[in-house]
Amino acid sequence: MNALRQYIDLYKSNRQAIEAHAPAAMNALRAEALEVLEQTHLPRRGEENYEVSDIDEMYAPDYGVNVNRVELSADAAEAFRCDVPNMSTWMYFFFNDVFRASRKSPSLPSNVVVEPFSEAAKNHPELLSRYLGSVAPHSDARVALNTLLGQDGLLVYVPKNVVLERPIQLVNIMNAGGPIMAVRRLLVVIGENAQAQMLVCDHTQNLEHQFLVNQVVEIVAEANAHFDYYDIEESTEKTSRTTSHYVKQAAGSNVLINGITLTNGVTRNDYVVSVDGEGAETQLYGMAIEGGTQRIDNYTHISHNVGHCKSNELFKYVLDDQSVGGFTGRILVAEGANKIEAYQSNRNVVATDTAKVHTKPQLEIYCDDVKCSHGTAIGQLDQDAIFYMQARGITKEEARTMLMQAFMSDVIDTVRMESLKNRLQRLVEKRFCGQLHQCVDCSNSCRDVVMGDK
Amino acid sequence: MENENKIRQTNSDIINEAAQSEYKYGFVTDVETHIIPKGLNEDVVRYISGYRNEPEWLLEFRLKAFRHWQTLKMPRWAHLNIPEIDYQDISYFAAPKTKSDGEAKEIDPEIKKTFDKLGIPLEEQMRLSGMAVDAVMDSSGVKTMYRERLAEMGIIFCSFSDAVKDYPDLVKKYLGKVVPYTDNFFAALNSAVFSDGSFVYIPKGVRCPMELSTYFRINASGTGQFERTLIVADDESYVSYLEGCTAPMRDENQLHAAIVEIIVEDRAEVKYSTVQNWYPGDKDGNGGIYNFVTKRGLCRGDYSKLSWTQVETGSAITWKYPSCVLKGDNSVGEFYSVALTNNYQQADTGTKMIHLGKNTRSTIVSKGISAGHSQNSYRGQVKVVASATNCRNYTQCDSLLLGSTCGAHTFPYIDCQNDSSVVEHEATTSKINEEQIFYCNQRGISTEDAVGLIVNGYAKEVMAKLPMEFAVEAQKLLSVSLEGSIG
Repeated sequence: MNALRQYIDLYKSNRQAIEAHAPAAMNALRAEALEVLEQTHLPRRGEENYEVSDIDEMYAPDYGVNVNRVELSADAAEAFRCDVPNMSTWMYFFFNDVFRASRKSPSLPSNVVVEPFSEAAKNHPELLSRYLGSVAPHSDARVALNTLLGQDGLLVYVPKNVVLERPIQLVNIMNAGGPIMAVRRLLVVIGENAQAQMLVCDHTQNLEHQFLVNQVVEIVAEANAHFDYYDIEESTEKTSRTTSHYVKQAAGSNVLINGITLTNGVTRNDYVVSVDGEGAETQLYGMAIEGGTQRIDNYTHISHNVGHCKSNELFKYVLDDQSVGGFTGRILVAEGANKIEAYQSNRNVVATDTAKVHTKPQLEIYCDDVKCSHGTAIGQLDQDAIFYMQARGITKEEARTMLMQAFMSDVIDTVRMESLKNRLQRLVEKRFCGQLHQCVDCSNSCRDVVMGDK
Repeated sequence: MENENKIRQTNSDIINEAAQSEYKYGFVTDVETHIIPKGLNEDVVRYISGYRNEPEWLLEFRLKAFRHWQTLKMPRWAHLNIPEIDYQDISYFAAPKTKSDGEAKEIDPEIKKTFDKLGIPLEEQMRLSGMAVDAVMDSSGVKTMYRERLAEMGIIFCSFSDAVKDYPDLVKKYLGKVVPYTDNFFAALNSAVFSDGSFVYIPKGVRCPMELSTYFRINASGTGQFERTLIVADDESYVSYLEGCTAPMRDENQLHAAIVEIIVEDRAEVKYSTVQNWYPGDKDGNGGIYNFVTKRGLCRGDYSKLSWTQVETGSAITWKYPSCVLKGDNSVGEFYSVALTNNYQQADTGTKMIHLGKNTRSTIVSKGISAGHSQNSYRGQVKVVASATNCRNYTQCDSLLLGSTCGAHTFPYIDCQNDSSVVEHEATTSKINEEQIFYCNQRGISTEDAVGLIVNGYAKEVMAKLPMEFAVEAQKLLSVSLEGSIG
């Protein structure tokens, strides 16, 4: 089966509508994407690096795409209340893949740009034409598909020497009266010596329908830029998501990415980092708490093209019920890229005998003056520790929760936003207690927001 | 104590020998050889089978394998740059000519000289060192030692062609059971054209009193070598098996595609050691052996144990994954490997540990050493199926880099499907610590010798698993293979 075909056909028959509702900078890239897609297929299970995910199967259902950009009557920004205490952010929304700015957000520093592509095309066309598609290659079929069908996206541009005092928050909300696919794109450019933090929250507000999210995130970190990117997914078992992160780092830049999967259906995250300048540092973290029939698959590829850089990777999973976890990590050190320090670690707790892990930490090294290591472990909670706690009056359930919480704390500790860190600790605790279902904590009213109502 | 002295002695030998030749096994023996014309088709398969007077079922097996092979494509997934191989440009059968059938038992003096040069004396010395040897030159079994003495204990140790003649039922029962001809491209090719090899059967409760050993030697040019080894260890038996390989220096590439199948029954133990020293090509990457080998053991019985130890220093390209299928409950698989690549050698080697039985354990220790312009990859799979509860795996794979133009890569595949098993993988990649070299320099040890010392120390964990005679040879090999790669 070739799931790609239906989307190519959809594009061909709705080409005019798609292009009419999208900026020229996006339309300009479609021809090339189409050409690539005609020659390729979406990866299937069993192909190299797809031991766990079947992308073709994820895209196979007949998802609709909102090509005519139907406006939503409910104001997501009004209904949504993100209750991370003590955190004030510049907040923006994607309702499915339609952009909404929050009315409440304080104003940005004058030279910082956070705009949907549709506006950026008018105000900053040079930024879009310069950076859009410059990092994510069309050889990745999901990126090509995103380019082919995408109609909007968010541009974040932090100019030289600007240090943002608070995080930029992007809230993605999936909800519709039928199975649809959201095609989102994010382009982040952090200028020389600039610093920024970004928090992306993915929510699905509809338990009834199947959804598919295709996201492409392009990050450009110029010399000495600092950028933290946190991605929290709290969707439903019926939501499939593929997110392709492509990162380009210049000399001295520092990029931290933390992908947290609390509830989901089937998720495949790709993190492809190209380190092109000396003295750069890359930190890639991720965690997933999976139950039911959920699936998480993280793929990371860090290319150290020049010497004197550091990278650190840590991914931790807790897998319950029939869930499946996959991790593929690859560190590539190019010839002549000496003095690289690269570490990679994947740890998994398998809580039932029906859960599965597939892990592949890989090193590919072409020069000698490096320090690289990787490790992976698959195991269980320490029975002695549980017994120790039980002997002191802590119930078995509680003891398990405490241990799992402690297991995840390594990843949570990497968060460099105090309020978010505290919040995550609570969310994870609740998730382990089985109290957390989709987006309960983000808002008490957001579940009521239904497209077209009110 | 005596052993210690011997090792000390050996260490000083290493330093002396390090200054000598590059590849000391690179001679050609002038023996009249029977070679069939190049090319591969059903007639060739029939010819090989006919030449050996093989029974109908074996010919059928070969033909099925050949027909399957024709449907396959050469695998390209390994991290290797394999030039296009023209399978019609290889002669699939070469055997030292025997004068006449009556004299076949008498070994050709030229061949004997060859094995003497290799340090494998087929007669007297072997009796002293207490080792039974089966020597295979080009495609034919040359001589098997001690066959009669072992037979008294019920142990069968003979060339594969003799086994087909003398023990057809055993061969028929086990052939292709662990590595079926459908397994992969090279397994299919081997199954179609395999010529000779060794067959070992250890009966119930017998502990083989000596090391069994096979030496493989490619001699004729323009030929490939396709031998097949089948080892069956019946209940509560034990055998230690050694394998060594060399080939002459030639500027052409020669293909070696072998199969090793091992079956280990209840409480039996097999230890399989390899020192692979096929000609690696010259320092510019010309010539050398393509070593594409399928080795797999099935721990069929409960409490069975299979241990692979390999020292890989030769071959232009190595594609080899000795594996254990741990089917019996409480069975144990081990894999200890040192793979050294220099100049333009490429190696993609590792293991597979497939845990099917409960409480099965496996250990993988892999030490890669890359120098020159070589590429050295570890590729391994650890799979624990849902029903294999309480399994344990520990994997350690370290890479040592000598020189800025070589590559060291690690590709582990880990798959765990239950909640009572523990799987661990640790890997590091680094170069030789400069402080260690400096420390040696201060004490009057040259940099080259210091590297030799450090490399041998690094590989010691694996070397210690080799039988004594082999450990000495392997240690020498490491030093010689590294020669000229420093500075």
